[in-house]
Amino acid sequence: MDFVPEISKALQAGNSEAVASLVKQAIDDEMPPGEVLDKGLIAGMNVIGDKYKNHEIFLPEVLLAAKAMYEGMDVLKPMFLKDGIPTLGRVVIGTVRGDIHDIGKNLVVIMLRGAGFDVVDLGKDVPPKKFIDVAVEKKAGVIGMSALLTTTMPVMKEVVEYLRKEGLTNKIKTIIGGAPVSSDYARHIGADAYAYDSMNAVECIKKLIPVK
Amino acid sequence: MVWLICPIVMRKIINIETQEVIPEDTDVLVLQAIPKSKKPPACAMKILREAKTIFVECGRPVGLIAEISLAEFDDVYRGQSLNEKDTPVPGIAQRADALALFAVTLGQGVHDQINELFEVKELALGSMLDSVASAAAEKAADIAERNFMDLLKAKGVGGVDIVVMRYSPGYCGWHVSGQKKLFQFLRPEDIGIRLRESFLMEPLKSVSGVVVAGKPEIHLIKDHYPFCSTCETHSCQERVGSLIHSKEDAD
Repeated sequence: MDFVPEISKALQAGNSEAVASLVKQAIDDEMPPGEVLDKGLIAGMNVIGDKYKNHEIFLPEVLLAAKAMYEGMDVLKPMFLKDGIPTLGRVVIGTVRGDIHDIGKNLVVIMLRGAGFDVVDLGKDVPPKKFIDVAVEKKAGVIGMSALLTTTMPVMKEVVEYLRKEGLTNKIKTIIGGAPVSSDYARHIGADAYAYDSMNAVECIKKLIPVK
Repeated sequence: MVWLICPIVMRKIINIETQEVIPEDTDVLVLQAIPKSKKPPACAMKILREAKTIFVECGRPVGLIAEISLAEFDDVYRGQSLNEKDTPVPGIAQRADALALFAVTLGQGVHDQINELFEVKELALGSMLDSVASAAAEKAADIAERNFMDLLKAKGVGGVDIVVMRYSPGYCGWHVSGQKKLFQFLRPEDIGIRLRESFLMEPLKSVSGVVVAGKPEIHLIKDHYPFCSTCETHSCQERVGSLIHSKEDAD
């Protein structure tokens, strides 16, 4: 049985149980875990991303697919214990200091993981220096910042300015998002990108982190 | 300001039944980025029903409303002197028959439940519950408005043709830092709402602001202020329009 298209299909249907079961069967059938991940799970999420972008499906369907992706990943994780799960790159992300809105940021985390990124989620109310310290420590290529309040947006600028001061802007790119934020604001503070939603964040970060 | 002749200043906690604030499906689906013109997928409707059931179990809506004089409101509105230079609210307030500050919340339980759902990877349900709660918070604010209206009617303030409409810090040029003075006056801590240093309310699903009572036409504003260009909804026009039309229908 060719498990790959079946896994992708079940994931697109948001059928978590079927995805977990098919991934187990594929592994039992000695299919390489990397292939199951890339051609089954990530490929399925890519289709979901395209359909969402084209308004063929809506947020609940995307999130059901993302949950199925996680179920499949849980089965695969033990197979990658030695070398870790192959990723497209590492992203440090959080809602900035003073702000505790995190639904939007959580959606970005879900979509990034679904697309194959390793995400370090710092949560909410994150001080500017913590973004940088963790990004340096974890060798992340991108810092993602979210803000829902005009009063907390300046924290994003602090992070960008600190990176510049430390000469890290070539190594660590920045992306911002959130209701009061715009591409103009990103340009104004010197951030590398602005994302208007979670799917767009994935696209932008793929451009910021060169494909290996 | 007709209400100035009514010396008894009202401050009232409004007990709200959770059932009263359960939102319409379409209001929730719009927040899920499903346009009203599109037929929602069956899975979305199933999740929506489930989210509403959870909301009924964990939502604890409550509100607070307190009358305020124009002079007091001027001070509250001025806040930390960070408002936009030209804003519509002071002019509207000046022409009002009565003003009241208000705050409503759905309680901490909803917020905790949303977080819990995300933690256990029930992502679609968590996101849907968040949207249900956002729409419900607006309905709770509607109830606070109606309460103020009922009080004014009972006191005989403003005549038969008055309507009420609310404005909140963070919108229409009223800087969000205005929350500080609003909280000092209203004391929403009494219903469990706290204000963070960033002027964010906790629990998150809370709404605060001023309810302005007066003739419908005092609320007529054009959305041509500089800050209107960054507003995503321009919902003021829709809200004012519905006020005018409902008044015409009643007449």
